[in-house]
Amino acid sequence: MTKEQERADHIPLKVVAWLWVGLPFAYGGYELIRKVTQLFTG
Amino acid sequence: MSTAGLHFLDKSRIVAPPTWSRWLIPPAALSVHLAIGQAYAWSVFKPPLESSLDLSGTASALPFQIAIVMLGLSAAFGGTTVERKGPRWAMFVSMTCFSSGFLLASLGMFLEQYWLVVFGYGFVGGIGLGIGYISPVSTLIKWFPDRPGMATGIAIMGFGGGALIASPWSAQMLESFGTDTGGVAQTFLVHGVVYAVFMSFGVLLVRVPAPDWRPAGWTPADVAARPLVTTANVSANSAIRTPQFWCLWVVLCMNVTAGIGILEKAAPMITSFFADTSTPVAASAAAGFVALLSLCNMLGRITWSSTSDIIGRKNIYRVYLGFGALLYLTIALSKDASKPLFIVCAMLILSFYGGGFATIPAYLKDLFGTFQVGAIHGRLLTAWSLAGVLGPLIINGVADAQEEAGKTGPALYTLSMYIMICLLAIGFIANELVRPVNSKYHEPPESVREQETVQPTTSAAGKGDGQ
Repeated sequence: MTKEQERADHIPLKVVAWLWVGLPFAYGGYELIRKVTQLFTG
Repeated sequence: MSTAGLHFLDKSRIVAPPTWSRWLIPPAALSVHLAIGQAYAWSVFKPPLESSLDLSGTASALPFQIAIVMLGLSAAFGGTTVERKGPRWAMFVSMTCFSSGFLLASLGMFLEQYWLVVFGYGFVGGIGLGIGYISPVSTLIKWFPDRPGMATGIAIMGFGGGALIASPWSAQMLESFGTDTGGVAQTFLVHGVVYAVFMSFGVLLVRVPAPDWRPAGWTPADVAARPLVTTANVSANSAIRTPQFWCLWVVLCMNVTAGIGILEKAAPMITSFFADTSTPVAASAAAGFVALLSLCNMLGRITWSSTSDIIGRKNIYRVYLGFGALLYLTIALSKDASKPLFIVCAMLILSFYGGGFATIPAYLKDLFGTFQVGAIHGRLLTAWSLAGVLGPLIINGVADAQEEAGKTGPALYTLSMYIMICLLAIGFIANELVRPVNSKYHEPPESVREQETVQPTTSAAGKGDGQ
């Protein structure tokens, strides 16, 4: 297997890894933005 | 690691092959920091604990307080072991302690034995916090020698982000399971299991670079040309004997004290400030203000820390401390004249607070090298422990005294603002006193090489993809 192939093999792993942490983070960010809007509407 | 079954935790087993992407390391670090950042969402559990076990507010805060003390102690005393054993071992220990803490707390709730909750979450879980907090620092710096501020900023932003995730998640779970002892016990149980799975991903994903690995197109000479940046290495034991360590200790302590004070009293502060104006702040708007400050705290960690890679560590702390003091002065002088001005100043102050946390590992790396930067960082975190007590003490103490004196509105906090300005000025001076570390503290290169050399399981030498 060439280095290029091995690097390409890491792309799905990179996607999974960043989604693993990104999705919970997005959930937390969404909940936070909802609260922040209260500053301007509350 | 002597235990045969745990060989996969050995540093020698996680040396990355040359094709390994360094962009897999930040998610590994984040899977630990996003989990342990839950600690700052402990307040969600306070009302159900108080009602189900008939506890006082002080008693229900005990698990969190002990956890923070244990964070400081385990980071300070466990740092050198973390450096020796490597990030996978440290993340595994963190995962085991943090999850076990929740499981013990769950058992405590089932048995209605509050001491077990305190011991589990506070003592055992707190060790997980400290080891987990420092676990990826040195590894990230080694993978990103060209952008250490950005790399550690990502991880430390995760610690801020952990509470943002845990706070609504825990609240929703309590709503589903109920707020009696059984409901809280089930909530703790699910937290323990979910965090174990979530953190395990980081344990499996983390890798250390081969000793001679460099990002493509980068050489140590690129950064060594900058002022204050060394290519030499200082051990953790030697670092604490240098004036530079104690200057940075003061810098961190003052910066955190100034930020934590405003963060802790944000809601009552904005309400009091504008109580006598034509546009008072409602409780829901004050909650929105607190959330906005949390967002700034988190974003400041990655933004300012990354900026420090460009303008230098000393300069960015000049901004945090010097400009921060001016912002406090603006709030103190403008009083309740302008709500937008107050909000913008508070947002910037909190972004500097977060930035101060996130930039300090890179500052340490600049001064002391990468050799034991995680352990040095662990010892520096004792400044955080003191600031965590000092900041709220000043803001609350002054506000209470002013209230007793019959003062209202901005007058409750004006004196605190001036105290914070003085503290930031002390931090500014300490930052100005930072000079390159005397070479008598440097470790001999051969000793560093010997201690850092690990036997990789695959051919790991060479240049990485640097992507």
